Amino acid sequence: MNMGKVFGRGIVLDNPIFVQALGMCPTLAVTNTAINGLGMGVATTAVLLGSNLVISLIRNVIPPKIRIPSFIVVIATFVTMVGMLMKAYTPELDQALGIFIPLIVVNCLILGRAESFASKNGAGASIVDGLGMGVGFTLALVVLGVVRELIGFGSVFGMAVMPEAFEPMSIMTMAPGAFLALGILMAIFNKMVYSKSKS
Amino acid sequence: MSGSSIFIILVSAIFVNNFVLSRFLGICPFLGVSKQVETAMGMGMAVTFVMAMASIITYVAQRFILDKLRIEYMQTIVFILVIASLVQLVEMVIQKTSYSLYQSLGVYLPLITTNCAVLGLTLLNIQNDYNLVELIVHAIGAAIGFTLAIVLFAAIRERMELSDLPVAFKGFPIALITASLMSLAFMGFMGLV
Repeated sequence: MNMGKVFGRGIVLDNPIFVQALGMCPTLAVTNTAINGLGMGVATTAVLLGSNLVISLIRNVIPPKIRIPSFIVVIATFVTMVGMLMKAYTPELDQALGIFIPLIVVNCLILGRAESFASKNGAGASIVDGLGMGVGFTLALVVLGVVRELIGFGSVFGMAVMPEAFEPMSIMTMAPGAFLALGILMAIFNKMVYSKSKS
Repeated sequence: MSGSSIFIILVSAIFVNNFVLSRFLGICPFLGVSKQVETAMGMGMAVTFVMAMASIITYVAQRFILDKLRIEYMQTIVFILVIASLVQLVEMVIQKTSYSLYQSLGVYLPLITTNCAVLGLTLLNIQNDYNLVELIVHAIGAAIGFTLAIVLFAAIRERMELSDLPVAFKGFPIALITASLMSLAFMGFMGLV
């Protein structure tokens, strides 16, 4: 299997958010600023790497009937570890993400990769797949965070970039803005992919 | 504890802090299972039952096992296991008692495990320090709010099937924009409590 292909697939063609629409809850909830989106993306990628590695290693030991509960326990273990690390080293980010850190357990993206990739492939390929999907997820979160923060607060990564006269539209940092921004970004992504595949 | 605080918890869980439209919990089934009003209704019912049961069991687990043994950090793992086994149990009971309901819910039953609304609800219960009555009311409110949102959304999407859209907006993008407008409407409830 071509490793480069496995890695690249997660970023564009099978992008977890823009194409597969997996893991939408954290995507919409935490991207009111770019830095929160980045934090969530990195945390999810870390869990995804860990769970993909462990599941691909023990895939032949797990009885097929109880594989889903087994996957969930593996994922929950990594989420607990990441949650504790974040509490210790990045308390501010931990506060901002709040309940959505333990909720990484039920991110469909992670269970989806475990079921459709890690349980069928070796450890090396699974790590590459996890990395590709994680990077694609993080990129989408950061893009969404940048757009919402720019319009909602007039800043990017906490630095004011808009001119004085710009009136921040705080609706973008609230729930309706999250849905709207993601909907429009998805449409733009679709448009770009369509026009590329046509030519 | 007064009756009014119970009422406030209920109304706020249904409208003001609607789980789907303002807390962003349970977006996956909200987008995935909402193409027809009927399946949306079935999903809502199943989620309601699991939410109520999961709230009670996780509360007992938290108070009498995790707190007593001082292993609160096991919360996530314990809660997700409780939910997963509960969903499995519900599936088996429905299959034995009412096969027609089992048929109509089909694949949506096991998917409830990964519905973040359920895990989110149980975590919020503990975070807000609710007692047993309050958390049951909270669970019912959350479930009604979820069902309300998903059924309304399904009704809109059924009509949208027929409308002529730009290709790039077909599917998820237009669904998200619709959700945005619904969420905007639900923001009108903000001053309620």
